[in-house]
Amino acid sequence: MKIVFEHLTKRFPNRNKRIKDEVVAVSDFNFTIPDGKLVGLLGPSGCGKSTALNLICGLEKPTEGRIYFEDLDVTDLEPENRGVGLVFQNYALYPHLTVRQNIRFPLENLRGDKKLSKEEMEEKVQAAAKLVQIEALLDRKPNEMSGGQQQRVAIARALVKVPKVLLLDEPLSNLDARLRLKTREEIKRIQVQTGITTVFVTHDQEEAMSISDMIVVMKDGVLQQMGRPQEVYDEPENLFVAMFLGTPQINVFKGAIKGEKVYIGDEAVMDAKGAADREVFVAVRPEGFIVDPNGPLSCTFINREVMGRDTSVIASHALFEGENIRAIIPSEEDVTPVNGIVRFALKPFKVKLFDSISEERIRIKS
Amino acid sequence: MKKNLAAWLCLLPALAFLLVFMVYPLVDVFIYSFEEGYNFASQSYFGVGLYNYNYVLHDPYFIQALKNTFIIVIITVPLSTGIALLISLELSKIRHIRNFFQTVYFLPYVTNTLAVGLVFMILFKKTPYSNGLVNILIQFFGGKGVDFIDGPYWAKMFVMCFYTIWIVMPFKILILTSALASVNPMYYKAAKVDNTSPFRTFYKITLPMISPMVFYLVITGFIGAFKAYSDEVALFGTDLNAAGMNTIVGYVYDMLYGNSGGYPSFASAAALMLFAIVFTITTINLMVSRKTVFYN
Repeated sequence: MKIVFEHLTKRFPNRNKRIKDEVVAVSDFNFTIPDGKLVGLLGPSGCGKSTALNLICGLEKPTEGRIYFEDLDVTDLEPENRGVGLVFQNYALYPHLTVRQNIRFPLENLRGDKKLSKEEMEEKVQAAAKLVQIEALLDRKPNEMSGGQQQRVAIARALVKVPKVLLLDEPLSNLDARLRLKTREEIKRIQVQTGITTVFVTHDQEEAMSISDMIVVMKDGVLQQMGRPQEVYDEPENLFVAMFLGTPQINVFKGAIKGEKVYIGDEAVMDAKGAADREVFVAVRPEGFIVDPNGPLSCTFINREVMGRDTSVIASHALFEGENIRAIIPSEEDVTPVNGIVRFALKPFKVKLFDSISEERIRIKS
Repeated sequence: MKKNLAAWLCLLPALAFLLVFMVYPLVDVFIYSFEEGYNFASQSYFGVGLYNYNYVLHDPYFIQALKNTFIIVIITVPLSTGIALLISLELSKIRHIRNFFQTVYFLPYVTNTLAVGLVFMILFKKTPYSNGLVNILIQFFGGKGVDFIDGPYWAKMFVMCFYTIWIVMPFKILILTSALASVNPMYYKAAKVDNTSPFRTFYKITLPMISPMVFYLVITGFIGAFKAYSDEVALFGTDLNAAGMNTIVGYVYDMLYGNSGGYPSFASAAALMLFAIVFTITTINLMVSRKTVFYN
C-alpha cells in the first residue's frame, strides 16, 4: 500500500501563549511512500518526524493537505478505521495483561463479520508470536521481560491484525547498543517477510541508513531530501543533509571557487570545471582524504586514533568549521607529519561543494 | 539486637506511646468485655464470662444498630465509589473548567459535618407548619410529602444514605481523578489505534490501571461506613435509639456516656463485635483483591 502526501501541513499553537506564531511541525509535504518498502523518517529531534508519523496513523489531524492510502483519502478517517499498526517508543504494552493477552487485544476488538473465534485468535496470536520469535514468552507479563523482548511483543501486537501500514516510533531508542543492532535486523527481516509498508521514525542516521529501502530526511518540518540511503549519502542536496548523514561527520571547510579551481585558503585542492567564482563550503567525507606528502591541503596534525580496521587522523585547519578534522585512512597507510603538518590529497567523488549562503549543493562536471 | 540498639532506642518513644495509648486500651477493652457488671468507680465486677455478649446480642437497640449499620454500609460504599468513579471519569474528560469543578466537588470535604447535617435537615424536614425544599418539589410533581427526618424508617434511611454518600464522595473523587490522571495517555492511544470501544477501554485498561486506588477506597469506605456515628447525630440528634437510627458506634457511645449509659462492659462487648465484623469484611476484601487488583 503506497502512502501519498499532498501538501500536508501540520501547525501547532505555540506552547507559550504570549507568542502568536504557530509551530510548523510538518510543512507542505508532497511525496509518496512506495508500497511494500521500509522507509526511515530521519531528522534531529524536534524536526516533526514523529508528527508526520502521527499524521499517517491519524492520532493527529493535518492543518492542511491530504493523505491517501493508495487511492483512498484517509485524511478524515479516525485511526481505528485506517488499518494501521503502531509501535510506540515506550511500547505501550498493557502492564496488567500477559503477552498473549496483549497480542490478542486488537483481535478482540474486531466486530461484525470480522469477529474471530477463540481458536482463530489463538492461531493468529501464535503466528504473530512466531514471526517475532517470542512463542516461549506468551504467558509472561511485560515487566518480566527485557526491553528487546517487549519491543518484539509490541511489534507482534501491531502486526497481529495484519495492518496495511506498520508504523514504528523510534523503535530502537530504548535498547542498548548491542540489542539495537540485533533488533534493527529483526525489523528488516519481519518487514521483508510480511511485505507490509513500514515507516519508522529515528534520529539516528546510522539506524535509518542501515535498514531502510528509502530514507526521508527532515529538518524543522521541511523535507530536505528523500531517496535510497546510498544515494542520499553520496549526493546530498544541501549542507544539512551532508552533515546529518555519516559518522564520523563530514568535514566542512570554508572555501571559494576561483578560476574553475576550489580553494581552501591559498591552497587549490581540486578542479571545479564550469563553476562560477564564489564563496563555498567544501565538505569532505572522512574517507575522502588521502595522506600524500605532496598533497595540496596542509593541516596541523593533532593525533592519530588506531581502530584496527582503519586509522583516524585528527587534524585542524584555520578554515575548518567545527572542532577537528577527522580523516579515515586505511590502517596500512602511514602518517608522518612534517613539522607538525600533515598533507592531504582529496578524492573528488567524496568532496561536496555547497553555496556559502544558500547552503545548496553546487554540482561540478567531472 | 546489639547492632540494632540505636534503632530500637530511636523507636522507643513511639513504641512507648503506642503501647500506652493503643495496645493497652485494646487489651483493656478485651478484658472489660468478659467482666460482668464492671464498675469504673469501684473497679469491681461480679464474674467472668460471656454474659455481656449475650446481653448485647439480645438488646433490641443493638440489633437495630447492627441492621442500620449494615444497610448504610451495603448501600453507600458501592454507590459512592461508583458515582465517584463516574464523576471522575467525566471530570478527566473536560479541560477548561476542570479546576473549577474539582473545587466544587471537593467543597463538601472541607465543610463541617454538623453544618451539612443542618442543611440536610432543613432540606428534608417536614413539619405541620412548613415544608422543606425536597417536600415542596415532591408535592409540586404531585407526590405525597413525607418527613424524612422524623417520619417513616425508609425515609430516614434514605436521607441517611443520601447524606453519607454525599459526604464521602469528595475524597473519593479527589483520589480517583488523580489516579486517572496518572494513567499514561499512550495506553489510550494504543487502544484507539487498535479500534477499542470506549467501554472496553475503560473496563480492560482504565479500571485495572486504577484498581489499587479503587481497592483502597473500597477498604477505607467499608471501615468508615462501619464506624459511622457523627453523620447520624448531625441528622437525627443525639438520641439515636429513639429515632431508630442508631449505629454500632452510636450504641457503644450510648452504653458508655448516654442517658442510659455507664455500662463499659456492654460497650466493650459491642465494640469487639464491631471489630470482628470489620476484620472479617476487610479480610474478605483483601482476598478478593488478590485476584482483581493489579499492582504495577
